[in-house]
Amino acid sequence: MLNPISLAFKKAKLEKRAALLTYTVAGDSSKKQSLDILNSISKNADILELGIPHNTPVADGSQIQTSAYRAIKNGIKMNDIFKIVKDFKKYNKSKPIILMGYFNMIFQYGEHKFLNKCNSSGVNGLIVVDLPWPENKNFAKKCKKKSIYFIQLLSPTTTKQRLKKIIRDSHPMNYFISMLSTTGGKLKVSPNDILKNYTKIKKIDPKKEIVIGFGITEKTIGRLKSADGLVVGSAICKEISKSLKHRQNPVTNVSKLVKKLKNKIL
Amino acid sequence: MKIKKKVPLIDQVNKLGFWGGKFGGNYVPETLKKPIEDLEILFNKLKNDKRFIAERDKYFMNWVGAPTRFIKLENLTNHIGGAQIWSKIVSDANGGAHKIYNATVHCLLAKRSGKKFIIGDTGAGYAGKMLSMAAKKFGLKCKIFMGAKDIARQQPNVKAMKKNGAEVIPVYSGSQTLVDAVSECMRFWVANCDTTAMCVGSTVGPAVFVRICGWSTSQISRELKVQLINEFGSIPKKLKLYNCVGGGSSSFGFWNEFMDFDKKQCEFIGVEAGGPAKSKKHAAPLTYGSKIGILHGAAQYVNQDLDGQIEETESISAGLDYPGISPLHCFLKDTKRARYTAVSDEDALIAYKTVTKFEKLRPSLEPSHAFSVAIKEAKKLSKDTIVVVNSCGDAYKDREIIKQRLGKKYVEPNQSCF
Repeated sequence: MLNPISLAFKKAKLEKRAALLTYTVAGDSSKKQSLDILNSISKNADILELGIPHNTPVADGSQIQTSAYRAIKNGIKMNDIFKIVKDFKKYNKSKPIILMGYFNMIFQYGEHKFLNKCNSSGVNGLIVVDLPWPENKNFAKKCKKKSIYFIQLLSPTTTKQRLKKIIRDSHPMNYFISMLSTTGGKLKVSPNDILKNYTKIKKIDPKKEIVIGFGITEKTIGRLKSADGLVVGSAICKEISKSLKHRQNPVTNVSKLVKKLKNKIL
Repeated sequence: MKIKKKVPLIDQVNKLGFWGGKFGGNYVPETLKKPIEDLEILFNKLKNDKRFIAERDKYFMNWVGAPTRFIKLENLTNHIGGAQIWSKIVSDANGGAHKIYNATVHCLLAKRSGKKFIIGDTGAGYAGKMLSMAAKKFGLKCKIFMGAKDIARQQPNVKAMKKNGAEVIPVYSGSQTLVDAVSECMRFWVANCDTTAMCVGSTVGPAVFVRICGWSTSQISRELKVQLINEFGSIPKKLKLYNCVGGGSSSFGFWNEFMDFDKKQCEFIGVEAGGPAKSKKHAAPLTYGSKIGILHGAAQYVNQDLDGQIEETESISAGLDYPGISPLHCFLKDTKRARYTAVSDEDALIAYKTVTKFEKLRPSLEPSHAFSVAIKEAKKLSKDTIVVVNSCGDAYKDREIIKQRLGKKYVEPNQSCF
């Protein structure tokens, strides 16, 4: 059976559009609300990334940090995250879920136990921010055995030679970091230049799906829509923070935002 | 797991940068892979380059001020009545602490790589102060990341950084101490690694930073070895080297040249920060058996909860207030080459009082932790045992804390009885 992530890309291609990937932090601002957000945005998002909050994130900007600290403060634990995924999958079996986080959380849970739990709760892919290639080779192999995609990150600083090696070892989906930045930075490179880099990467192996992330907002997403997929994270986390501040319902506001994002890439 | 003889400990890493196959490594975002690799290539070349070493030595000698003194603490020795207590006064170094060695080397490397900006983290403020000094000396623009809590408690060093022209960036996330400063500094590097060099303030972080820092602070033991031979004719038969351990840069530098000696002849004692006596929080992952985990790019023993969230630490000493510990020290602990113990805030203050009462020496709160253990153990040791404590920082930066905890008379200079 094809991984739901690949099916989601296929579906988007049939509709001649980029896939929309969203990122929210598990447990932000509570376990229930986090699940409600996933349920409500799944209508418009093709693939859902769910962040494992960590309190020493070395690659996240202030928006995602705020969401992560909020979730941790509200008591989210690893097992709660798996429960959120499981509860979500009960009614959305085919909607792909990717967990994204830092390696220490997996390391402490135990790689083997973590992957088993991913499998039983319905996780389809993993992004581990601080486990680069070639350090991730063994872990990626273990993921493959469990039919979970290990998604490689590629950056503007990744050399051409390295790109080739990473893509050769990679699973069907990879993630291109648009610019030198932590998550949620202001887009300091023009969308055209980002697409130029994207095309270079895409040419190495056209069969592999490449999504672009970091710094993508409602304003910029339209100009990048020729990519296989686009990830919006910080803008969503910011919307949750803003809603809480104004005592509005984050679920409805985030839903509206995701719908707008979708419309921009149609 | 075994230490190899005749190979510098900083070079006893495998291909992926692990000591003993499990400590250290490079757990970093993809974006940093290239700048780290570039730095590795540069450092591996220069650390064996005679001209570069000569340049380093020139600055260490003429600007940092080498060697720092090695003195006998006669009054303290007489008062304790056991082993001979000596001290290596590393706080003599320009700027008042050992952090100057690492800062100087990082600036020299940054110049070689053509970078115009340098960033660094700081806890007690020494790493930041020294980096700001070195950056000024070598014409680099400098930003220092410092936890808001540390900014409040280490004002003299903050003022010094600003005076040297560095921008001090307060970090408000998490516990607002060193751990968050290092994270924020790494995040800034992720976004600016094309123009900016990063200096990690201790023997922590991705493997190359551990190695550069250890290589730099080893100046301390190079000097001490010569000084011991000058004083005793050879390396003493019973030598004990006491050093405080936070990230582990001064202790590693204090021990490195003695690595190949048998530990029966030359014992290493690392003293971690036990925190307030009544608190469960501490900054002593080695002493209290914290589990191995990943922090700031490296696998190490680290204070964390069951899930893997890094735990907040507590210590009177900002320089030791770090939940992790250098992979080098994890390696030294597991190979049993060094012994580690912890001292409470209160005991460090008592040691500070004792040392300043008997000697014209004002160790900062960090080395006061080491003095505490050295004094306790020296009592039970024979007179031919040479105890050496690395006095790696000066208490000037701690004057507010000392005034608050011990009273004003302990902060005035020359308050010793002699």
